[in-house]
Amino acid sequence: MPAKRFSGTERYVVTEELMSAVNAAVTVGRPLLIKGEPGTGKTQLAEEVARALDRPLFDWHVKSTSKAQQGLYEYDAVSRLRDSQLGDARVHEIRNYIVPGKLWEAFNADVQPVLLIDEIDKADIEFPNDLLRELDRMEFYVYETRELVRARHRPIIIITSNNEKELPDAFLRRCFFHYIRFPDAETMERIIAVHQPSLKKDLLAAALARFFALRETPGLKKRPSTSELLDWIKLLVAEDIPASALREEPERAGLPPLYGALLKNEQDVHLVEQLMFINRRVR
Amino acid sequence: MMVGFFFALRAGGVMTSLTEMLALFEVLRKDPEAQSAEQFYFLARTCLVKDERLYDRFDRVFAEYFRGAERAFERLMVGVPEEWLRALGERLLSAEEMRQVQALGGWDKLLETLRQRLADQRERHQGGSKWIGTEGTSPFGAQGYNPEGVRIGQERSRHRRAVKVWDRRDFRNLDDRLELGTRNFQLALRRLRRFAREGAAEELDLEHTIDATARNAGLLDLKLVAERRNAARVLLLLDVGGSMDDHVRLSEELFSAARSEFRQLRHFYFHNFIYERLWRDNQRRHLEIVPTQELIRTYGPEYRVILIGDASMSPYEILQSGGSIEHWNEEAGSVWMQRLAAHFPHLVWLNPEPASRWESTASIRLTRELVGGRMFPLTLAGLNLAIAALRRRGGVADISH
Repeated sequence: MPAKRFSGTERYVVTEELMSAVNAAVTVGRPLLIKGEPGTGKTQLAEEVARALDRPLFDWHVKSTSKAQQGLYEYDAVSRLRDSQLGDARVHEIRNYIVPGKLWEAFNADVQPVLLIDEIDKADIEFPNDLLRELDRMEFYVYETRELVRARHRPIIIITSNNEKELPDAFLRRCFFHYIRFPDAETMERIIAVHQPSLKKDLLAAALARFFALRETPGLKKRPSTSELLDWIKLLVAEDIPASALREEPERAGLPPLYGALLKNEQDVHLVEQLMFINRRVR
Repeated sequence: MMVGFFFALRAGGVMTSLTEMLALFEVLRKDPEAQSAEQFYFLARTCLVKDERLYDRFDRVFAEYFRGAERAFERLMVGVPEEWLRALGERLLSAEEMRQVQALGGWDKLLETLRQRLADQRERHQGGSKWIGTEGTSPFGAQGYNPEGVRIGQERSRHRRAVKVWDRRDFRNLDDRLELGTRNFQLALRRLRRFAREGAAEELDLEHTIDATARNAGLLDLKLVAERRNAARVLLLLDVGGSMDDHVRLSEELFSAARSEFRQLRHFYFHNFIYERLWRDNQRRHLEIVPTQELIRTYGPEYRVILIGDASMSPYEILQSGGSIEHWNEEAGSVWMQRLAAHFPHLVWLNPEPASRWESTASIRLTRELVGGRMFPLTLAGLNLAIAALRRRGGVADISH
């Protein structure tokens, strides 16, 4: 079967390097680990891969309390106990109380699915180690019913991490890895064009110039990212702000209009204000 | 050739494994798109490198390895896609030569010239480990680096395309030569965990439920308990400034590992030694002062105290009142250290200085005595020992005399 190749979608711009990483992972059937600055579209990648290749998507969102077992299945002992109290006939079949997790659901899909394991670094430090065999062999054992669950079609697994914890080597060896870097101005223009096709050229240029200058401000606690830029531009369009208001002119240098969409904490706002004040005096 | 690349990567500090290499072969075999040099670079990076901090090292090895060694190139030519050769050709020949070659009759001739060029290159640059060319005199000028790694002579955009990805070295500042790594620290620190049940009762207590149900003549009686949480309380005291500047990264790493491991972590800074005051924020050290006495009052003896400092100073700074180099201290540092050690039975000192130097430095010997011998080197092994020491009480008696 000639596999479909992923080359982005009409609303998601991918660089060539990301494309080849995704396609390699799909071809060989290995999980793809995605890292990168927040707001560079890590989670969205899985959704878009599923859309582009027309595959069902299973989203396993990892939290700090997540256990690897929850992705496989959970045995609901409490409801079985309750059913036994009520004399329910279901109680004789243990299978009724085994609740499949996301990984199991993905293993069971009729066509090759996309499985997103989102923010794997949020979980306990041993979490990735508990999934080694499952990701490698794409199978696991259900002890309660003594059956082996095997993937009907090796899912396309996309794992995202925000680098809060370092992942174990054994786990990394089984994955392909790609670091989404922050888009350069050219890619950024393409991304914005995808989201705001009717945006005026001069507004776009002014907004981008302002945005990249802001990102370069030394000492920012949280540098604005792509998703924040998109929100900002959406706001600029909605408020009908002209491009001229964005250009940095010495006599009215200050924070860009609607800066709240870009700067998310008051120290950063304060810092930018101060820098602008200094700049103005120098001129 | 690929085997050589594999070892070159490992020699260059990218610790890739055999299984990862095999995965790359599998991709190259199955992936119809893996045709150009750039694609090969992307795929190799995806398969072999698992940390963006290693991207830069990978780029350097890649550039070095595929840049020139004649043998590699000769083997390359067996069954290698034409585009790859062209990419190499573009890198090694000047625009004019390319035009000439094309006029002379295509790639056969070009390969011949390339071969000569490579032999030539070996002779001319044999002694050096880096290619440093000046523009105009050598066709390799465009690929040269100055010592800071800044490109020179890069006006031909088409040529740039062939080499740009790995020669650009975009990931240079992500490389930080981690030796210990936060993860290792974290794994060591987690042994300090003390689980306790605190907060709202949300988890089913199976044993109690069974017991209560049995007492209830078989009717279900659910019992809940609070979730187990890591209740270890840790106080981190860090020496900053002065001689500690050399060890900043190591302390930072430990700090960040501790921070993500313990919810109940408090940290304070000191300079050289513990006196009557500490501070919370290193940047505002003169504004936000916390008296050491307050620390002792606020945090109970159940706190585990980890001091990090090189303890390298003049012994006067420890033994004399007024010995501090920063301010006038009424009481000597040793008095404060004893108070601290008496209040916190679980206390260790981690020293980034190599242990071999401890005996010969008077202040380190003194400090070590003051903490009851519980000084450990700031290495993974040392941290493990320190954690073991934190888990048991002790050393109090030696200090309080």
